[in-house]
Amino acid sequence: MSKALPANLEQIEINLKKLTNQRTRSSLLGIAILILVFFSGTLVSLEANAGSFGRGIANFFNYPRDLFVDTFEMGWKYWPRVVKYIPELITTINIALFSTSIGFVLAVIFAIFSSRNLIRNKRVIQFTKFFMDVTRSFPTLIIAMVFLYLMGKSSLPAVIAITIHTAGALGKLFTEAIENCDGKPIEGLSSVGATWTQKIRFSVLPQVLPLFLSYGILRLEINVRESTILGFVGAGGIGEMLAALIQWNYGADVLACMFLLVGTIIALDYLSAYWRHNLIGVNQ
Amino acid sequence: MSSSLAIERDNIRKLFPDTFNQARKSRIKGQIIFFLILIYLIIGFFTLDVVDIPKKWKPQNAAMFVLDTYAHKDHVTMKWENPDDIKIAFEGNYRSVYGRDNLDKSIPEWFYKNSDNIGNVIEFNNEGKAILYKDRVEIVNFPKYDRDFTIKLNTNGKPYVVGSEDLAKDDLKGFRITENRVEFRPTLHERVQVYPKKVEIHRYSIGWKYFWFDFSSPLEPYSFFEALGLTFSKERVVPEMSNLKLFLTEIKDNEAFMHGRVWWAMLETIVMAVLGTMFATVMALPLSFLAAYNVTPIKALRFTLRRLFDTLRGIDFLIWSLIFLRAFGPGPFTGIFAIGFTDTGTLGKLYSEAIENTEKKQQEGVQSTGASKFLQHRFGIIPQILPIFVSQSLYYLESNTRGAVIIGAMGAGGIGLQFLGALGTGNDFENVAYMAILVLAVVIFMDRLSAWLRRILIGSDQLIVR
Repeated sequence: MSKALPANLEQIEINLKKLTNQRTRSSLLGIAILILVFFSGTLVSLEANAGSFGRGIANFFNYPRDLFVDTFEMGWKYWPRVVKYIPELITTINIALFSTSIGFVLAVIFAIFSSRNLIRNKRVIQFTKFFMDVTRSFPTLIIAMVFLYLMGKSSLPAVIAITIHTAGALGKLFTEAIENCDGKPIEGLSSVGATWTQKIRFSVLPQVLPLFLSYGILRLEINVRESTILGFVGAGGIGEMLAALIQWNYGADVLACMFLLVGTIIALDYLSAYWRHNLIGVNQ
Repeated sequence: MSSSLAIERDNIRKLFPDTFNQARKSRIKGQIIFFLILIYLIIGFFTLDVVDIPKKWKPQNAAMFVLDTYAHKDHVTMKWENPDDIKIAFEGNYRSVYGRDNLDKSIPEWFYKNSDNIGNVIEFNNEGKAILYKDRVEIVNFPKYDRDFTIKLNTNGKPYVVGSEDLAKDDLKGFRITENRVEFRPTLHERVQVYPKKVEIHRYSIGWKYFWFDFSSPLEPYSFFEALGLTFSKERVVPEMSNLKLFLTEIKDNEAFMHGRVWWAMLETIVMAVLGTMFATVMALPLSFLAAYNVTPIKALRFTLRRLFDTLRGIDFLIWSLIFLRAFGPGPFTGIFAIGFTDTGTLGKLYSEAIENTEKKQQEGVQSTGASKFLQHRFGIIPQILPIFVSQSLYYLESNTRGAVIIGAMGAGGIGLQFLGALGTGNDFENVAYMAILVLAVVIFMDRLSAWLRRILIGSDQLIVR
């Protein structure tokens, strides 16, 4: 080296090396942990699983193939079958839509009472947040099964379970939305002597409503899936029908229900993306 | 003052007529939507039988359910034909009879001989007593009752309350008298039933008895901490094994709460969620690069992959789990693949959107140094999207834990199936409550864990979307 190096170059290099080493070490540690988790998980699965992994892979296409073969055997008579299950599908969607609406309203109330910029009392905030945590964390299935046991077979347990879960899940998102909203409009309204309700109505709500609706639509999509699953344990709708058909081994009908479900979910997926884009895409 | 304000207001209205009309229009639109929703809700109330809640809601059932989740009961049974043989059993289970099957299991202290040395006393927690005699049952000392009762069998062998004809209806509150049964239940915690053949008494106490060690366990006489202390002593409780081993096996093989099975099932469920999420992440990572337009120039490939993601996601994990259940049988593999396939679709879509939203400048910077395409993606794109990847995957880990419970209940095993089983037996509600609390704790733990990991890995526990 002909040119004189800056005095601290050596130090810089040492630091760089230290940093690189540290990064490599933490990445390797992370990868090691992941591999450990993977292998121990696989061991647990191999021990707990009834059938072997290899045979499962080999058998994977058997069931779908049976379903399709059954369907092809029916020929054109198949389509009336598909139409036959539409009322069940409507029940499922009805459960989802109704409980999402009720859950939405509850979530707005929870969110208002757990937002730091609207409520001064810390106890109230903590309690509401804890309450939402609990309602959100219970799988809907567990709530629904308990209520099914208590009330007998009907759609009501599904409605109750999905409403409870939706209230907690949306409430958390709504709280974040309210806490992140602009404080200036609230100050402006305070300066003209607005009451607490007026402040919420005219400064918070206009800011967060598009976001709320967007989250609500997303939730509706999730809830249609949930209500199908709850049907599976006896809450009515297409899920219950599907469970029965699988028991009876009516391949063609099973496939019909599956088609209806997949079609609905994909349609809702696109529809909700479109609505949400309309709601918040323009503003941002 | 007010008039000048009104003039001012009118002036503003005149100046910006469009703004005000638009506001009114959108307000009317909002009102119409609001009323439509209201009408739907009213229809929903009727079509979904919400109005039937009071009819369907059986408070007696619900009260029993709740009572059984936090309390346990002992049954005392006496047959009229053999009044000396009184059986005291925990939860009425023939395998848990006090003082018989295992002789060192002493008779509980609330059961003793009466002071007249003839009757046998069952003392309830509220100090009320039921005294069993050869020919009658006496109910004495109950709070809020100012008289004692005697139940006898009449000449036809049917039970009746002595002197009940002279008593007002109000004095007999807590009694339910039918032809073949006299039941006395002043509160939910005490129940005396007299039949023509036998007397059955249920005595409830609060708490989960035998939570750590079951009825027939050699460690049962000790509390949890006493037993824990015993593990340090050299003196063996049973000669076959060391105290520590005994302690662990007795907890694991507890017949009442089945800790071993429940925890194993919980582990299965967690494995399903964790490995399923890992599987989905590993699958979605390369596919999402192939589906992003700034990485892959081939339009047909991108289109195919996008539709593949939609299909994987659209076939809900319910249907995936049905298909995999047929292939793999009940077990975690079903759950892993069902979660993995669904989330490959979800994560693939989210990841590819994240890749498409990356800043182009960084990639160009790497390109300007003459780096190959691979290196451009490695150093131009991956550093930008890594936080989003990690954040999304960890976020799905928590919701997949709940999903794994559900798949388990569909038949894949794990805690979901255990829960369904306990609920189905109809009297193990303390197990139902135990498992529900366990699931709740694990889901909250996973939620906190994923938030914590997000915080240390990417510095923020909020979900980063793009």
